[in-house]
Amino acid sequence: MKFLVCISQAPDTTSRIAFTNGDSEFDSNGVQYIVNPYDEWYALVRAIELKEANGGSVTTITVGDANCDPIIRKALAIGADDAFRIDAKPTDALQVARLIADHAEKNGYDVVLCGKETIDHNGAIVPAMIAEMLDCGFVANATHLEVTGTTAKLKREAAGGEETIELECPFVLSAAKGMAEQRIPNMRGIMSARTKPLQVEQAEAPAQTRVQRFALPPEKGACHMIDAENAAELVRLLREEAKVI
Amino acid sequence: MPQNLFVYSEKKPKSFSMSVLTLVSTKNGQPTKGGLEAASYGVALSKQLNSEAVAVVSGDLQDGSSLGDTGIGRILKFPSPLTDSGQWAKLAEHAAKLVGATAVVTSHDHFGKAIAPRVAVRLGAGMVSGVTQLPQENAVEKNVFSGKASAQVEVTAPIAVYSVTPNAFGVRSEGGTAQIETIEVEVGQAKEHITSFEPASADGQVPLPEAELVVSAGRGLKGPENWGIVEELARALGATTACSRPVSDIGWRPHHEHVGQTGITIRPNLYIAAGISGAIQHLAGVNQSKTIVVINTDPEAPFFKAADYGIVGDAFEVLPKLTAAVKALD
Ligand SMILES: Cc1cc2nc3c(=O)[nH]c(=O)nc-3n(C[C@H](O)[C@H](O)[C@H](O)COP(=O)(O)OP(=O)(O)OC[C@H]3O[C@@H](n4cnc5c(N)ncnc54)[C@H](O)[C@@H]3O)c2cc1C
Ligand SMILES: Nc1ncnc2c1ncn2[C@@H]1O[C@H](COP(=O)(O)O)[C@@H](O)[C@H]1O
Repeated sequence: MKFLVCISQAPDTTSRIAFTNGDSEFDSNGVQYIVNPYDEWYALVRAIELKEANGGSVTTITVGDANCDPIIRKALAIGADDAFRIDAKPTDALQVARLIADHAEKNGYDVVLCGKETIDHNGAIVPAMIAEMLDCGFVANATHLEVTGTTAKLKREAAGGEETIELECPFVLSAAKGMAEQRIPNMRGIMSARTKPLQVEQAEAPAQTRVQRFALPPEKGACHMIDAENAAELVRLLREEAKVI
Repeated sequence: MPQNLFVYSEKKPKSFSMSVLTLVSTKNGQPTKGGLEAASYGVALSKQLNSEAVAVVSGDLQDGSSLGDTGIGRILKFPSPLTDSGQWAKLAEHAAKLVGATAVVTSHDHFGKAIAPRVAVRLGAGMVSGVTQLPQENAVEKNVFSGKASAQVEVTAPIAVYSVTPNAFGVRSEGGTAQIETIEVEVGQAKEHITSFEPASADGQVPLPEAELVVSAGRGLKGPENWGIVEELARALGATTACSRPVSDIGWRPHHEHVGQTGITIRPNLYIAAGISGAIQHLAGVNQSKTIVVINTDPEAPFFKAADYGIVGDAFEVLPKLTAAVKALD
């Protein structure tokens, strides 16, 4: 079974968020980049687990420039076999999806795993776009994945409960919490990652959206403190002032 | 069935040449709340664009009156219920072309996340997910960096696809009625087969992403046996319960209650957090809540900086007092 895991880089969850160039670009000054948590903890680890159990290969793909190489090496250290980087500075989900789908079509994978969203764009768009481009089935926010032969069984959070879905390979999923547990790369993994193949390919695709500018949320006013003895006052304020209950 | 075959009822075509098409999900014969919010957004956008507001549903819809009430004038209904995202995307594409849609709207939930990007690919459209407001001056606002910033995004393609953040725009009542027309298109075979459904909360709580009131607790509650006081306040308010990540990681609470950067992102009208420190990754999932209440023994807890109302105190004493005060409301 051939697994393709889509790995995106993302600013560390504690990064200071600031913008430059007339607020049109994220200020990456001093920002530490990590593997997008959903891609690493859930999609990648589950693909590696299934490979370990049933055989096959785990390839990662990243659309990005050479600054992404450290996070790709991290994915290799966790246990991916090889990696592709499409050398482009992505500006839009459609563009990323097109580049990944073109690669997947050429190389033929049984399962394409993505994270449920990137923690910077918060798009949740790329995975379903890849599925449409490959004309295959898709499960968003999957929390569980088993593959037997060419049939997969997944679970996903749906309104008010959990659905079980069956589909045939090839298919695409986006992974959410529950699918796997985070793995910390060991020394052997880190050493072997240095020599695993990371192939860089050149490709282009058009974008259909553009960020005009970013903004930080307005500062929150001071917190209205209420005495612990006087909890009923809070309930009154929630009803009469905030009007939420 | 031949490709691209449309069959409609004998209704007269309308005079609009362009439209805004909303994809509406249904459950048990009714539009979902997310579907009605998306429809409300679609209606408001159609007014802005001076075009017709149309909705498309699959065969599960039994009663179109709540959709009509949002101001949708026309509902295109596919005869049989569809759950497959690829089939839905084909239906949506045909409907969009049929009514000359320049914008397609849906909900940013499990329905929209599976379908809207596929529709954007089929229409060659530009897509913006999780929008919170109507477009203004060629750009639409969405939250980015997990709620720590917003972005104004411009769609450079002729057709736009928008998915609307739950609880951001609301359901609006325009008091209209909708005509239902049957639409038939060849949608191919289903690839995704739903084999079972397990309801998450036996006690009839509103699912977390849709909840308007949320009571949440963290490690400060010290153990799963102490959650009774959290649940009692939630019950008194009609709220849904949530928790911080360590609490679900150690199994005190189920995973689907975990909110934050790596859990669910919510946007309720009221978020009450007891015994949660307010780590940046927790705030990322809840800081878009309209009103935040924090209860913590530590006056230096970072959560107070993000709160509207705060009580420095012991959750074990404060929560039961709040429950009693809520019950005392008329
Ligand atoms: C990449 C990454 C992603 C993460 N994602 C998430 C996420 O999605 N969601 C999330 O929640 N966390 C997430 N975390 C973890 C996060 O950093 C915090 O560790 C976590 O939110 C802390 O949970 P807590 O507030 O329940 O516990 P603690 O930080 O231990 O805080 C407990 C609080 O309870 C207070 N307290 C103690 N006793 C009482 C009492 N009797 N009454 C009232 N208050 C009391 C204490 O003063 C303290 O402030 C993530 C971390 C990382 C690194
Ligand atoms: N530049 C990228 N390179 C590789 N995969 C990506 C990239 N951007 C997004 N993805 C994948 O698509 C998922 C959802 O991304 P998004 O639609 O941007 O929220 C991510 O979790 C990744 O798995």
